[in-house]
Amino acid sequence: MEIERLVRMANDIAHFWQAEPDHEDAVAGISGHLVRFWDPRMRREIAAHAAGGGHGLEPLALEAVRRLPVQASAA
Amino acid sequence: MMTTPIRWKDLGTPKRVSEKLVTLEVDGIPVSVPEGTSVMRAAAEAGISVPKLCATDSLEPFGSCRLCLVEIEGRKGYPASCTTPVAEGMVVHTQTAQLAKLRRGVMELYISDHPLDCLTCPANGNCELQDMAGVVGLREVRYGYDGANHLKQEKDVSNPYFAFDPSKCIVCSRCVRACEEVQGTFALTIDGRGFASMVSPGQKETFMDSECVSCGACVQACPTATLMEKSVIEKGQAEHAVITTCAYCGVGCTFKAEMQGAEVVRMTPNKDGRSNEGHSCVKGRFAFGYATHPDRIKAPMIRARITDPWKQVSWEEAIAHTAAEFKRIQAAHGRGSLGGITSSRCTNEETYLVQKLVRAAFGNNNVDTCARVCHSPTGFGLKTTLGESAGTQEFASVAHADVIVVIGANPTDAHPVFGSRMKRRLREGARLIVIDPRTIDLVRSPHVKADFHLKLRPGTNVAVINALAHVIVTEGLAHEAFVAERCEAPAFAKWKAFIGEARNSPEALESETGVPARLVREAARLYATGGNGAIYYGLGVTEHSQGSTMVMGIANLAMLTGNVGREGVGVNPLRGQNNVQGACDMGSFPHELPGYRHVSDAATRRLFEGAWGVTLEPEPGLRIPNMLDAALDGSFKGIYIQGEDIAQSDPDTQHVTAALEAMECVVVQDIFLNETAKYAHVLLPGSTFLEKDGTFTNAERRISPVRQVMPPVAGKQDWEITAMLAGALGYPMAYRHPSEIMDEIARLTPTFHGVSYDKLDRLGSIQWPCNEQHPEGTPTMHVDGFVRGKGRFVITEYVPTEERTSRKYPLILTTGRILSQYNVGAQTRRTANSLWHDEDRLEIHPSDAELRGVRTGDWVGVRSRAGETVLRALVSERMQPGVVYTTFHFPESGANVITTDNSDWATNCPEYKVTAVQVEPVTQPSEWQKRFQSFTREQLDLLEKRGETSTA
Repeated sequence: MEIERLVRMANDIAHFWQAEPDHEDAVAGISGHLVRFWDPRMRREIAAHAAGGGHGLEPLALEAVRRLPVQASAA
Repeated sequence: MMTTPIRWKDLGTPKRVSEKLVTLEVDGIPVSVPEGTSVMRAAAEAGISVPKLCATDSLEPFGSCRLCLVEIEGRKGYPASCTTPVAEGMVVHTQTAQLAKLRRGVMELYISDHPLDCLTCPANGNCELQDMAGVVGLREVRYGYDGANHLKQEKDVSNPYFAFDPSKCIVCSRCVRACEEVQGTFALTIDGRGFASMVSPGQKETFMDSECVSCGACVQACPTATLMEKSVIEKGQAEHAVITTCAYCGVGCTFKAEMQGAEVVRMTPNKDGRSNEGHSCVKGRFAFGYATHPDRIKAPMIRARITDPWKQVSWEEAIAHTAAEFKRIQAAHGRGSLGGITSSRCTNEETYLVQKLVRAAFGNNNVDTCARVCHSPTGFGLKTTLGESAGTQEFASVAHADVIVVIGANPTDAHPVFGSRMKRRLREGARLIVIDPRTIDLVRSPHVKADFHLKLRPGTNVAVINALAHVIVTEGLAHEAFVAERCEAPAFAKWKAFIGEARNSPEALESETGVPARLVREAARLYATGGNGAIYYGLGVTEHSQGSTMVMGIANLAMLTGNVGREGVGVNPLRGQNNVQGACDMGSFPHELPGYRHVSDAATRRLFEGAWGVTLEPEPGLRIPNMLDAALDGSFKGIYIQGEDIAQSDPDTQHVTAALEAMECVVVQDIFLNETAKYAHVLLPGSTFLEKDGTFTNAERRISPVRQVMPPVAGKQDWEITAMLAGALGYPMAYRHPSEIMDEIARLTPTFHGVSYDKLDRLGSIQWPCNEQHPEGTPTMHVDGFVRGKGRFVITEYVPTEERTSRKYPLILTTGRILSQYNVGAQTRRTANSLWHDEDRLEIHPSDAELRGVRTGDWVGVRSRAGETVLRALVSERMQPGVVYTTFHFPESGANVITTDNSDWATNCPEYKVTAVQVEPVTQPSEWQKRFQSFTREQLDLLEKRGETSTA
């Protein structure tokens, strides 16, 4: 999928969590949201993008994406 | 077929509620009724009908016809039984020689000025005047028929659905009172005095020129043929009737479909319907003609390319072709290359089957529903804070509200029957706070005036809700005891610190929201201290980049003030489509199985795997916008769309149609060739609500029966089509009737454990949860505790939308609906409702219009970063400067050509309500509109040519 769109969606989630005073909770919240609501192919693509530097991902989003559990390949 | 009597039993005056019972005797029969009950109703409850004309149990008594006179021992004269309340020990006589004489005299006067055309009158056989003439034994009219009369009065046939024949009017005022008390529009009056008195819409206008909203309450109330449905005038009275549920908005009114064979003569609102209590709107009552419209697709069709003519085929061939295509696609592109969309217009049973098909037969979780583009933030937000993805109350709860808050909703247009209920409570004195960028009708309408209208800038909802909460917290108005007992303490402490920060104060946010801080403070105080506070909200809350945040902000506010868990309070999403609640309940989201259980939950998966005999995917699937994106990147190739028109209803139309064009097999199941079907390779003709059995679930979690009254025009109910497709894919679904599907849902879903068709027939409707703990359903949720245990406060940081105005796009466009049309208009555009609204217009404030040299009726180009369209302007002070508005009922308007792909952070619900645009006078349609017109012509031509060419 278009990586810019995924980056934007991940940043939007991070914007919601930015007011969370506990940084750990914020990172876990973003990461957990991606796991609960994103299709694995989307998570794979954003994770690969983050592994390549994560251009466009804001720091909080980048940190959360890097926390995503490693997945098996597509069905 | 479960039929019902055609005529209602009318007890004469409304029910009274009182713990104190009063015992009296009527014609020798003892009867006990609640204090405040009329003598007429007490008699009716004792099985005695007192003659009446101006009284009916949907209206307060009026005492004008003088037919219901009775004698009461110890009292002088002949009081009207409708206006006389019962008293302990009262002894009433309803039939005496003197009463008979008086009643006959009254009837003589009525009949002396009434056309004696009973045999050719449309009310023949269903006329209260005719009945009363019989009951009182009228045998002569001593006054003759040649005196002054009203028999030459002209008919008003301006309304497309009913006629007004004043020559038959007995001036009982039931229509006028129905317009006031039931509908709350006050469009009718009695004009003139004495003999010249006559019913008049507005100030001697025709019905169509008046403020009449064509709800039909006056027609329902009329005891004669004065106000009569044109369908009855044309066809005659019904011979049988069936109770069913409306397929328009989320109010979920139930109706009596009055039938002649398989033809609907008229729809009359169900007096016993808990969601509508005998009321209706112009859509539900009158706009059912689309079901028999010539545009209905009557046979399945297939084609290889969307540039090919359609080939009409048998059901077997269409299903076999679809299954072969889907198998081919999955073999070539993987299991995840297919998906499905369930319809919020179809029944619970039908949406359940589509998600089952996707999960069990496609083998993935790529299923979604149109709630994605409307109330998905409600599901997310209320589940997170309160623990259940649904509203907290029943509609009747509003009668106990003291302060009503309406946020981003326009109930009098979009949920009109509930809007009338709300207006009734407001007329009784409830206070009103409206939070909306537009001056909606509720802000000021007859006998209703908002105490506060927070006319905010579109996109600043969260700032306003935070400011309201800030005031309540910092001014010590919170219900601390409720919060301490019912909510999670650490989350509340964290939230309280956040919301108390000065940056969340009304003063700090005033420049952002455009709402004077003083108004926010006063509104917050009113909500927190004014008694029962009830919040009602709509798509003006959810369809924003912070839609989910706002829903959670609303829940925070309700918990903060203790306004959850009893009648008269709560958090009430006004759902858009008839079955959007049901579609969500049935597991239509890609991350949830039925009953809002996440697919990653192993125990739930095991339950469904056991019942369905398959292994289920533990990961969420694609949402609609993700499916479209995946189609454009080549990994998503086929889709099964049940009754949904994404090419018109979803944002950024050009993105949607490009994605549809990129797919190899688009299957649309619909009643018409809708906009999406023009991009389809298979068109499976669906059925309307009149052609099927099933259930709908409305905005108050109320499950109501949908009952078939006519055969499906294409031979199949929608659930049968899905089952056939599943079978062709190698996954047989052996249901014989939708009741068996509901039995499966009930077995597998804890909140539905107690639901069955037998119980629905017995109770009429059921609000879930319905199970061992709540065998007859749950009107109010979270009574003793929240579904999630403790309520959870969530930090709701205001994050301005990225959609900003600029020099190039200086105005904000927001979108909405109008009373007479419904969503994409596929149904209502094919009815006479278009007489009220035959095109979408751009509402613009006079100052913005003047700046651009635009007048009402001028063509204007509306250009955003996503696209451009052309509409006619309507200059209106309902708008605020800087904000323009349009409806989206007509595909050629291209409202969604302009909307962007911005979406809610949590759910991807599109940000329909905020689009930066420029508006300029133009002389011709936009380029998109020209392409649209040309494409539509081509597709209609290909439909015309169906059957002439093979797709091979």
